[in-house]
Amino acid sequence: MSGAEIGLALSVFLACAVEAVEALTVVLAVGTTRSWSSAMSGVGAATLALAAIVAALGPALTALPIDALRVLVGGLLLIFGLQWLRKAILRSAGLKAKHDELLAYEQETTAARAAGARHSGFDGYAFTVSFKGVLLEGLEVAFIVLTFGANQHRIPLAAAAAGLAVLAVIAAGAAARAPLAKVPENTLKFAVGVMLSSFGMFWGAEGAGASWPGGDAALLAIIPAVLLAAIAMAWTVRRSLHAAAAEQAGVPAEASDRATVSA
Amino acid sequence: MRVKGYFTGAWEFVVGDDWRTALGVVLALALTALLAQAALSAWWVMPPAVVGLLALSVRRAARGASGRG
Repeated sequence: MSGAEIGLALSVFLACAVEAVEALTVVLAVGTTRSWSSAMSGVGAATLALAAIVAALGPALTALPIDALRVLVGGLLLIFGLQWLRKAILRSAGLKAKHDELLAYEQETTAARAAGARHSGFDGYAFTVSFKGVLLEGLEVAFIVLTFGANQHRIPLAAAAAGLAVLAVIAAGAAARAPLAKVPENTLKFAVGVMLSSFGMFWGAEGAGASWPGGDAALLAIIPAVLLAAIAMAWTVRRSLHAAAAEQAGVPAEASDRATVSA
Repeated sequence: MRVKGYFTGAWEFVVGDDWRTALGVVLALALTALLAQAALSAWWVMPPAVVGLLALSVRRAARGASGRG
């Protein structure tokens, strides 16, 4: 397996794992409070819909000329990846709320109980909520599977990495019998944002006709560089927030920084 | 109406709430293509463009979130 293929598999696995954790919370909530069979039917229907999307769009993408494909995929991955990275930076700086699986689980179970009693064996509420939860979380994964996989003509490898991540999350959920609240979701999202942005930059520039120094090995410099830049931005935002808070409280910024470090 | 809804959904899904970053990516790729067409070195365009676009996007969002912008 080449370095680019390992990057593909790792990016898809991480992206899929983090989205699967969020979908698992929804399915667990409606499954335990309403109906497991209806909730699992919703999961199955959404999985089929996602597989159909990948199967329909995959061949269309791989039929494009390689340079056009790389510019298209690179550009889309970059736009998508920069969104993930921006949100992860804001979360790590404390400017955006982190996803709390226990809170999400409580909200879903409260809504499921308030939705009224089931009228027959099949529970439409549990089916619909599960279907929607898995489909919405899965669409981002399908997008990543398609773009990463099509660009390297390895859609089956990308799909396998996504499937493996789903199995790992299901196994962890079954073992814990609870939402996976301890999974470091923002760290995973940060990592996925770095990978998407790095690969997007690499493929986009290649598709536009540029040649990277060192060829594929340039990724070994691009990925750490994007990671360091993102960490530096998160640190800068945190520091400016501390400085602004200290200024409002009438404490010198340096004193506030020392207090933060010692805490 | 349905076509417009799909287009809006696709736009929201891919571009999200920061169209400036998407536009910047397109412009950076276009500049890369122009330089490559002219047989000039073009790989160096994207790294500073990506870091700059991310920094501007984070700055806009941070200002909006902290109510200082």
